[in-house]
Amino acid sequence: MQIRMTLNREPLEVEVMPRVTLADCLRHQLGKTGTHLACEHGVCGACTVIVNGQAVRSCLMLAVQANGAEVVTVEGLTPDDEEFGPLQQAFRKHNALQCGFCTSGMLTTAHALLTAEPDADHERIRSVIAGNICRCTGYLSIVDAIHEAGESYRANKERA
Amino acid sequence: MATAKKGNRLIGAPVERVEDLRFLRGKGNYVDDQSLPNQVYAAILRSSVPHGRIRGIDKSEALKMPGVHAVITAADIGGEVPVIPIRLQPLPEVFPLRQPVIAVDRVRYVGEPVAVVIADTPGLAEDALEFVEVDIEPLPVVASRKTSATDASLLFPEYKTNLAKKFTGLKGDAAAAFEGAHYIKKQRLSVQRHMALPMEPRGLLADWRKDIKRLTVYGAGKVLFFNRRAVAQMLGLEENSVELVENDIGGGFGARGEFYPEDFLIPFSSYSLGRPVKWNEDRRENLSAMNHAREMEAEYEIACDADGTIRGIRGHVDVDNGAYIRSNGLTPPRNVAQFTTGPYRIPNIHIDVSVRLTNKTPCGTYRAPGRFEGSFFIERMIEIAARDLGLDPVEMRRKNLVTVDEMPYPMATMQHIDPYTDTECDSGNFHITFDRCLKEFGWDEKVKLQGRNIDGRYHGVAAGCFIEGGAAGPRESARLKLESDGTISVFVGSSAVGQGLETVMGQIAADMLAVPFERVRVFHGSTSYVREGFGSYHSRSTVMGGSAILLASAPFKEKLCKAAARRLNVSEQEITLIDERAVAPNGASIEWKALASDDISAEESFTNTKHTYAYGAHCCHVAVDPGTGHVEVLDYVTVEDVGKIINPLTLHGQVIGAIVQGLGSTFMEHLIYNEDGQLLTGSLADYVVPLADDYPVIRGITLDDYPSPNNPLGAKGAGEGGIIAVGGVASNAVANALSSLQVEIEELPLTPPAVWASIEKQRLVEGTKN
Ligand code: FES
Ligand code: FES
Repeated sequence: MQIRMTLNREPLEVEVMPRVTLADCLRHQLGKTGTHLACEHGVCGACTVIVNGQAVRSCLMLAVQANGAEVVTVEGLTPDDEEFGPLQQAFRKHNALQCGFCTSGMLTTAHALLTAEPDADHERIRSVIAGNICRCTGYLSIVDAIHEAGESYRANKERA
Repeated sequence: MATAKKGNRLIGAPVERVEDLRFLRGKGNYVDDQSLPNQVYAAILRSSVPHGRIRGIDKSEALKMPGVHAVITAADIGGEVPVIPIRLQPLPEVFPLRQPVIAVDRVRYVGEPVAVVIADTPGLAEDALEFVEVDIEPLPVVASRKTSATDASLLFPEYKTNLAKKFTGLKGDAAAAFEGAHYIKKQRLSVQRHMALPMEPRGLLADWRKDIKRLTVYGAGKVLFFNRRAVAQMLGLEENSVELVENDIGGGFGARGEFYPEDFLIPFSSYSLGRPVKWNEDRRENLSAMNHAREMEAEYEIACDADGTIRGIRGHVDVDNGAYIRSNGLTPPRNVAQFTTGPYRIPNIHIDVSVRLTNKTPCGTYRAPGRFEGSFFIERMIEIAARDLGLDPVEMRRKNLVTVDEMPYPMATMQHIDPYTDTECDSGNFHITFDRCLKEFGWDEKVKLQGRNIDGRYHGVAAGCFIEGGAAGPRESARLKLESDGTISVFVGSSAVGQGLETVMGQIAADMLAVPFERVRVFHGSTSYVREGFGSYHSRSTVMGGSAILLASAPFKEKLCKAAARRLNVSEQEITLIDERAVAPNGASIEWKALASDDISAEESFTNTKHTYAYGAHCCHVAVDPGTGHVEVLDYVTVEDVGKIINPLTLHGQVIGAIVQGLGSTFMEHLIYNEDGQLLTGSLADYVVPLADDYPVIRGITLDDYPSPNNPLGAKGAGEGGIIAVGGVASNAVANALSSLQVEIEELPLTPPAVWASIEKQRLVEGTKN
């Protein structure tokens, strides 16, 4: 069936089979391969995308459920030709990634969190990203990076 | 020729990673991100029976399904079904135990490939699996070391025993050392089956182009050249008509990139269909198909003098290897025999290791193979001995640590295995890292909490030391090439597996040529880049690949000078290389870029027979809740000397990541089989790994005070040290916390139910005594 969504600020229409997950639709039909799959089971968070402002696991959501929604993937967090945003800068500075496989899910989760709660402290950040598995970093650098990026989100919010 | 030195600026600097630029934009290129026109999809039918005889496979129903192109079984391979080659310790006596790439007449573990279905979509291929009828006559299941040892049911009847192989590590005269020793203690200790579990599941995309007779396989990793040779041989192709390409890789940790059945089956499918074939495993498959690791049990004896001097260690280790000897399956058992004693001066050693076959997924290496296990065994033994002798465990360790004057210090010698098994610690001062670690940890203060019950939780601390072997030989190659835009391409045979290789290699090359980091581009991960390569295992990429770059930089610069000398009409010796220009004595100069047409390139390989040994110490502070068995890690500190730090940022990341993996091994991760040989932990909901809120306090400090004498960089392999001592040190902290309850820690993992049960057991024992 035909669905409509706004993907990374671009409106689009796509024909999907009813059983296709949002993750597969994004990856294989829309070429957004930055969204990764590591469990397809809702456990690891690698596939996290932002749907209507909420961080959701795209492996658990059917593409048809995204009909009419506003979807942001990791690619939408940094339009190619621009500089990195505060999260990406902080991730790089703190070496908050190694193999990079969990990274998209960490970034989308963190972006949704900081947009809603730019003041999130270390403990809050830890408890939110405890839904995302990273096998490489041991998480400390990820938590530090998200915390540091919070400052920019705070400033943005105040400006708005 | 001279290169104007501006001091070495990049080696040792926290250079941010080039890899991040694509990963942070979601622009990585992992194998499942890649597709080819006209590709079809493979799904693999795996045995659900742990041990059985295949009576027949009926694929007719599946073949009738629209969109299904082929169902491939052993019978379709034609001729002898190939076996997975043994890459490390290729001992001919275990060749009969190698795994066929697809089950022929027997299945030996749940998850063993039985058939491959090729279809138009992944969904169709998976659906069709259910229509392949496999008739298997079940055989008695060997689900434990114990059953294996009885030989009542044999995995390989023609091998006549389930005992695949025995290793022995020897030093001095253990029997004599135990004779009349003041203190002897026998102890059983075991480590559970768990696994590397990289976040990205495996995948392959194979493309056989009949017209040009060329096979390209994407999704390779770790040991590209070895695997290319293997797959070329199996398919009867010339090696140079096969290219293996490494994409971005979502974690390796020893398990990814070894030769698995699919590394033949997917290329073979493409070869027989003449179309690109893509395969990606799901997590359930991954948990039963990728190498498992670490399942072994030791029964050791330690002999000490009254003052804590260790006289000897002896005993045996029983390894549950699973069903086949895979590419590096013998490495963990051989390592546990040689490296159990780690950094400690133990003059008399006799350790026998039995590798046993069971109906489980075959084992292979996982970060610090055999070393994590050995460290757990020895650290527990020393802690127990110190307690029994009434000694301070820190002092006892100090007394027995190898000193700087004893370097190089030889490890146990191995009986009957491979040609270069003798090895020695190359350099270092173990006492410095130990003392530094205790100091950073605040040992003197924290030890006051030892065994105390504070607000309902028991506190414990422990400290221990380790060595980390690295830089396995024999060789690694690097090629430097000047491009027409003046940039320098660096081609290496090492592979990346997610550890920031491009950055680290780029730092070394840029420093050697005194050019900015941005002017260097590193290429790795293709069998076309250099003549040969050996890959990324045994913490070797930086040392071996980096040393090769260093060697290649000299002839590269010579070529630059030669070419410049011709243009500037001076002799080659008069040229100075500075700021990407070649300068003559009279001030005339030419840009390197302008010399590119002279084909400026150089390839060198670095050969190494001696290993490097990084070393260090760990300290841990825990609080144990006796009501739930939950252990909180309140502080964890490591200090490691790695010889030469190339990039402190990436190194630090690896250290912290490794510690957290080790804490997962110690407290959580467990691949559980029931007595019927079924894997019970088939998803990430059952196989529990550390999450962000589990271990928030970890500190890692890295030093480079003692460079390795065995390579021009002075670097020692690093990346595994963070994990090695975690099992021993963290479990000692738990044991010390519970010392007033007389709880003995003998088995990993220390999950809350396990800790709770051992406390309860002791309560019952105490209860019956009173
Ligand atoms: S892939 Fe969606 S949560 Fe793991
Ligand atoms: S960076 Fe590899 S899984 Fe997180």
